[in-house]
Amino acid sequence: MADGTVDFAAASRAALQDPQLRGNFRRAMDGLMGKRAAQFPDAAEWRGVRELAAAVRLRALAKLPELLERLEENCSRNGITVHWAATTAEANAIALDILRKVDAKLVVKGKSMVTEEMHLNAVLEDHGIEVLESDLGEYIVQLDGTMPSHIIMPAIHLNTKQIAHLFKRKIKDAESREDAAYLTDLARRVLRAKFLAADVGMSGVNAAVAETGTLCLIENEGNGRMCTTVPPVHIAFMGLEKVVEKLEDVPPVISLLPRSATGQPITTYVNMISGPRKSGEKDGPREVHLVILDNGRSSIYADPELRDTLRCIRCGACMNHCPVYTKVGGHAYEAPYPGPIGKILVPQIEGLETRGALPHACTMCNACVEICPVKIPIVEIMGRLRVEAVRPGGAVKDGGAKASRAEAMVWSGWAAMNASPTAYRIATLAMSRLGNAAPSSLPLLKDWTRVDNEAVRSKPRFATRTLHDLARAKGIPDA
Amino acid sequence: MDHQPATPKPTRVYYFGTCLVDLFFPDAGMAGIELLQAQGLTVVFPQGQSCCGQPAYNSGYRAEALKVARAQLDLFPGDDPIVVPSGSCAGMMKKHWPDLFHGEPDEAKAVQVASRVWELTQFLVQALEVRLTDKGEPVRVTWHASCHAQREMGVVDEPKALLRQLANVELVELAREKECCGFGGTFAVRHPEISAAMVGDKVADIAGTGAARVVSGDCGCLLNITGALEAGRQPVQGQHIAQFLKERTHG
Amino acid sequence: MPDARSAILAKLRADRDAHPLTPPASDFTPIEAKRWPDDDRLPRIRRLMEAVHTEFLDATDTDWPAVLREFLAREGVGTLLYAPETEVGKRLEREWEREGTHEVERVRGDPRCERIDPCLTPHPSHAPHGPLPSPGAGEGPTLIPYDKPIEDLKPQLFTAIDAGLTTTRGAIAETGSLILWPSADEPRTLSLVPHIHIALLRADALYDTFLQAMREQRWADAMSTNALLISGPSKTADIEQTLAYGVHGPKRLVVLVVRS
Repeated sequence: MADGTVDFAAASRAALQDPQLRGNFRRAMDGLMGKRAAQFPDAAEWRGVRELAAAVRLRALAKLPELLERLEENCSRNGITVHWAATTAEANAIALDILRKVDAKLVVKGKSMVTEEMHLNAVLEDHGIEVLESDLGEYIVQLDGTMPSHIIMPAIHLNTKQIAHLFKRKIKDAESREDAAYLTDLARRVLRAKFLAADVGMSGVNAAVAETGTLCLIENEGNGRMCTTVPPVHIAFMGLEKVVEKLEDVPPVISLLPRSATGQPITTYVNMISGPRKSGEKDGPREVHLVILDNGRSSIYADPELRDTLRCIRCGACMNHCPVYTKVGGHAYEAPYPGPIGKILVPQIEGLETRGALPHACTMCNACVEICPVKIPIVEIMGRLRVEAVRPGGAVKDGGAKASRAEAMVWSGWAAMNASPTAYRIATLAMSRLGNAAPSSLPLLKDWTRVDNEAVRSKPRFATRTLHDLARAKGIPDA
Repeated sequence: MDHQPATPKPTRVYYFGTCLVDLFFPDAGMAGIELLQAQGLTVVFPQGQSCCGQPAYNSGYRAEALKVARAQLDLFPGDDPIVVPSGSCAGMMKKHWPDLFHGEPDEAKAVQVASRVWELTQFLVQALEVRLTDKGEPVRVTWHASCHAQREMGVVDEPKALLRQLANVELVELAREKECCGFGGTFAVRHPEISAAMVGDKVADIAGTGAARVVSGDCGCLLNITGALEAGRQPVQGQHIAQFLKERTHG
Repeated sequence: MPDARSAILAKLRADRDAHPLTPPASDFTPIEAKRWPDDDRLPRIRRLMEAVHTEFLDATDTDWPAVLREFLAREGVGTLLYAPETEVGKRLEREWEREGTHEVERVRGDPRCERIDPCLTPHPSHAPHGPLPSPGAGEGPTLIPYDKPIEDLKPQLFTAIDAGLTTTRGAIAETGSLILWPSADEPRTLSLVPHIHIALLRADALYDTFLQAMREQRWADAMSTNALLISGPSKTADIEQTLAYGVHGPKRLVVLVVRS
């Protein structure tokens, strides 16, 4: 939209009209939910490790400023250069500066949500630097010129046929074969040449250990290791909340992240980087940089209730289990973080003016809360953001942006009716007598009964006598 | 299952009917009262009651929600349990009233009231340990679990246990029992397309069971699901579990 | 940007002090409680890793070079990259020499190294015509020492090497994971770039959990520049959730289990 407002409703309508997309998501998410459940056969084990992982994340948040300082100190001791960025623009400038110093022409990237947040690829391309996403899903999405639709499985919206078609169009000498093994091999061929030639590798960080100055990255493909090991320079990007206190805090997080995300006991690689190539070592990058990004996180941290948003370990299980996400897919959110976590994180980072609709794109079913491995009260935060959206001032960027006098009057009238037994009695009497005469063309009723001119639900029918009436008639005592 | 201490068996309960039951499903509300009476209980229905405040609470209007919730507080003096034929409204009272009243002068009273709230089937199973005798014809039904009953009240097995007590009732569970039907209060009209897609999947799941009836414990879900069943001309009937149990046991 | 640093830290500190957070105790017992009997660890590791296409070879202190050699011959592996400074590397050199087939290449574009373009050609053992004939005596797989910086080895490393041999610091029963501890003597890319990664695992170096391994080996006191857990060959499910092996890292992971 011209004013920068992101229209989730319109985008989700488009998604719902694409049966291919709906089918792809339904199948994929059903599969992921099943695989996750199979990883937690022991409810006591799940509860115990989950409590621990939540405690680890909370302890990190409790000591956040001290841990970030300690992380910096230990990273520096290990030879990792630490940079701080308050905004995405600052982070992009830091990246460009490093790239300029080493005269980088080609960058290979492992998966990094923070760089999606920064729109780093576009910035690098504007500066004439070739940048290649190397996670297979990200690579597919980059070839397609679109955005990831899931934080763990970026190309989950596409099926094999669509990917085969894309590769045929975009990769020289590609055969038109709808075969995942062939397509994977094709990507291997293209990307290996790039790993070999790259000047700089970039990655995200799953957890940064303050105690040892260690960056932990988990992945299955080996592209993350390629990006962090083969090119002469490695730049890692992390949101400032990704720090943990001790090395021992890593196993609980690693224990839950892959099981929750994709239903595998562990990822193929757990890659723990504690420095660039040391003297005498034969490989590894000559330089390692860590960029610590704020981008609104410190404001989220300021509020004791909203702060829980920062526990997130980015497993994506909340989206796999979200009944809204599984219907509309990730693109409808038009944000790096879709699904439940996106609905609470993105409005806090970008503000309620443009993102105020997101916290309402939720039935508050709590499916996400039930499976969140670090126990983020996602729905409570969702409710709080709904409050902030209509309350001027407040803790969140653009608080009150969605305040409307008409809506406030409706709720004020509703409260007056429900807070007085007399008013309630008159109102329910009126509704039970006249409610059914309301035409289906009334605004709310129209939305309830018809979508795209198709009947989706019959009109609710008011009973002629309320329960209050029936109880009185049957002599049910009032006190 | 969230087991509450249930000794000794109560003899008197309050009934909070909820606004949706009041307006759209009063017979289900009455059936709930009669199920409790059939267990020998005195059921008190305070006529001053209206709504738990959830619509405003979930829409971001906490002051309005508080005003409405506060109007209910004095209706339930003493220690008797408060039984609610809705997992969603029970969840609002039990789980969210303490937060809503936090820092308010009547916080202690709200917390006390909240602690006495039960969802109807949970109360029948856990507090009363009811034994039902089926007097109805053979029928196949399926169960729709409301999200708030499951995840706020911890009511998962109780309603199904009640249905399984009925000799002539065959319960076929949904393939995606835990998945939301797409009602979500104002969600259904804020995002009608998504809500329609969600209830579409739910209706397909229901149809797949071959059940003649879909039974649920929440009227929001029922408005949504029965509305979609009717619009799609599906031969399945939706019914509140209180009404279904009463019909089966009263002959 | 030193300003960003101090501004961020000052804000975090002020906000935290305004609303301090008391985290619950971190109770590690749910992880510490995960134990397997001595005899169950290796079978469990094997089962979990085989489920993700890892291959296992059984050997002893005495015969592991021969077992390895036999495997390489059987699979038609032409070139094996190894770490010459490690005990394992030295043993490998001795054995190859003893067999009279000591062909330690100083990689220089030998035609047999170029023979397999692993990016384009299916691995010999997967080729439609079946495995290449086993090399006889004097024709053993060529050993290539990783004895120079990666910059001097890069093109060959990516195009001419079939397999890499590393040691491990043990394995983890809970998840079926190898612990790798790259060092000056044993480079990081040995386990990453070659198409087959062969990892030597001592059968007595097994741990129950990742937590136990890092505690007993005292990782926090001195981390490797690149400590790794490896639980299978490289894989992806990014194409319609269909598992495909060998996307960027090794296509095959072979664990050579060595018993005393």
